[in-house]
Amino acid sequence: MLAAILVMAGIAVAIGLALGWSAIRFKVEGNPLAEKIDAILPQTQCGQCGFLGCRPYAEAIAKGEADINLCPPGGEEGVKKLADLLGVEPKPLDETHGAPKPKSVAFIDEQTCIGCTLCIQACPVDAISGAAKQMHTIIAAECTGCELCLPPCPVDCITMVPIAEDLPHWKWKHPVVMLKQVSGDSSA
Amino acid sequence: MSRELFKFKGGVHPPEHKAESNARPVRAAPLPKKLVIPLRQHIGSPAKPLVSVGDRVLKGQMIGEADGTISAAVHASSSGIVSAVDQQPVPHISGLPDLCISIETDGRDEWVEHRPLDYRALAPADLRIRLRDLGLAGLGGAVFPSAVKLDPGAAQHCPTLIINGGECEPWITCDDVLMRTRADEILQGVAIMRHLLGSTEILVGIEDNKPEAIAAMQAAAARMDFAAEIMVVPARYPGGGAKQMIQVLTGREVPSGKLSTDIGIQVFNVGTAYALARAVHHGEPLISRLVTVTGHVLRPQNFEVLIGTPMHALITLAGDRDGTTGVLMGGPMMGMPMPNLDVPVVKATNCILVQSAELFPPLPKALPCIRCTRCADACPAELQPQELFRFAKAGDFGRAQEYHLFDCIECGCCSYVCPSHIPLVDFYRYAKSEIWTREKDKRAADLARERHEFRQFRQEREKKEKAEKLAAKAQAKRAELAAAPDAGGAAPSEADAKKALIAAALARAQAKKAETAPKNTDHLPPGTQREIEEIEARRAKIRELARQPLESDEKP
Repeated sequence: MLAAILVMAGIAVAIGLALGWSAIRFKVEGNPLAEKIDAILPQTQCGQCGFLGCRPYAEAIAKGEADINLCPPGGEEGVKKLADLLGVEPKPLDETHGAPKPKSVAFIDEQTCIGCTLCIQACPVDAISGAAKQMHTIIAAECTGCELCLPPCPVDCITMVPIAEDLPHWKWKHPVVMLKQVSGDSSA
Repeated sequence: MSRELFKFKGGVHPPEHKAESNARPVRAAPLPKKLVIPLRQHIGSPAKPLVSVGDRVLKGQMIGEADGTISAAVHASSSGIVSAVDQQPVPHISGLPDLCISIETDGRDEWVEHRPLDYRALAPADLRIRLRDLGLAGLGGAVFPSAVKLDPGAAQHCPTLIINGGECEPWITCDDVLMRTRADEILQGVAIMRHLLGSTEILVGIEDNKPEAIAAMQAAAARMDFAAEIMVVPARYPGGGAKQMIQVLTGREVPSGKLSTDIGIQVFNVGTAYALARAVHHGEPLISRLVTVTGHVLRPQNFEVLIGTPMHALITLAGDRDGTTGVLMGGPMMGMPMPNLDVPVVKATNCILVQSAELFPPLPKALPCIRCTRCADACPAELQPQELFRFAKAGDFGRAQEYHLFDCIECGCCSYVCPSHIPLVDFYRYAKSEIWTREKDKRAADLARERHEFRQFRQEREKKEKAEKLAAKAQAKRAELAAAPDAGGAAPSEADAKKALIAAALARAQAKKAETAPKNTDHLPPGTQREIEEIEARRAKIRELARQPLESDEKP
């Protein structure tokens, strides 16, 4: 009887130690779920969801504090991916946070720009180059189209230009879907 | 000659239709009034334009330079005046325009100065740059810049060089005719490839449906000072595909996701070898090529065509007929329908295939897949086309990739055998382009994340640095003041120290003000001083005047 208790206790202690050790040795840094959510978010950093960028929104979703349908740039597809990841039902995009728009980049009218640097300070991804009293320019390849540079501009010289479809951006369309042949007789 | 040949799995044997066009001699297409030369004619970055509207260019002059490693130059195909550098329709299925240089030809066809290259004397790297600047790109269909392929890389040599004269696709005969008529120059080009790649084994694969080409190439090979084996391979589509040709000639398979050079084999089309010989032995850039014009035309034949010639001119030359239902660039298996016929002939144009309802009856309506797996039997890449179709249709691109979608060479065998007439290849192209777009979006998102995180890090750092700097400054000042009253004896209280700090700051500010007072008004000569006084007086008067009406306005 005693031997059995000792054996069981011994096993419990050994397993406990092993678990305790591995909890320290294999500790996961950060929140892996937030990482996964962040990987799905479009990284526009526009703040339309009400958070200060994609990462804080991802963390809020991971904690269950925010809904999954607040990201307009991610669109319905993004909501679906988040729903798949989190194992919840996808829901329509929350229109109060804005509607999805075609992908665009900001464009500074260089004739009007006064070089005030306000847009540079607003850009979340440092995609505007320029200095005080010097003309500013958008680095189009790095612009996420977040529109955060529009409100601070005192002379309204920034416009959003949708990305036009050209040869390098062209994609093959889904082939015309097969239609079942419905003759007059069979439908009758 | 008794070398063992191997077989590739799958493949089909559609009606060849080669006899229509290969019997007539090659004819030079006349110089058109206007040439439209796209800057994107090869895989990789498009060429950068070097000319502007109004410039006079000569035949063979470089009008677009290679941009980056994987790129090639483009050249004026004839002499004339540049009439536009703008977006023009190009031979692409989308019908979207692309940047082109238009040249109004002057009919003189005046060559730019050009001279042969001594390829044995040039360093290989220099020679490759010259070839890139001569616009060489693979003429078999993929138009990959040849200079890049002629670099053996770290291995220093590529043991096996395969020259592809397969031309397996029905209707097309431009390589056949080229081999019949210009076999010597093709092999001269092969000699240059051999020199650059350091190849020891040279295999020329030609399908057995081209006996004249085989005879001509064998005769030419016998005249060469190196051994090139002319190998006759059984005609079976897509035996002219690079991977299939490698398998038939050597029995080796290119592993999935690898290049043929990884197993020591490089493949070039016969047309590329010919263009290389012209470039090196005559200094001529790639400004013309053989194009088969066939199908629903009166006189199907091969033309020597200047790059930039509009396609409709060639069809007129071959004799256009009523009842044309469409035009393909390329063959019936892999060709692309052309949205309009104003598009120019480019380096990739091997064939212009005019369709009619009799020759190419419209496909019956596609029916659901019955999973008969005939496509899997036909697939030369040994894929499971029915599964790929299922995943592509459902948008499950991850699974499609797991089933090696990117090993698909888009040869069209699966669509050809499909009893349900499903346009399978279209689905694979759609899936591939969706995957590429997603990868591009993902890269853009990763870049945005990285830049955003760095910005946050930078802002934090700046804030910290500023705070530290201020703290250090305050500390230094306090120490300085603490040291000063100590000389007087009494230790200052906290409030006194603060007062002293403020007093010191005030003194500093005053000193600074005095320092920055404009100095150019001191020690002036009397004349200037007088002028200044006069101006000041005028200013005072103006101010007075400006104030008066204001006051009078306010009074009533």
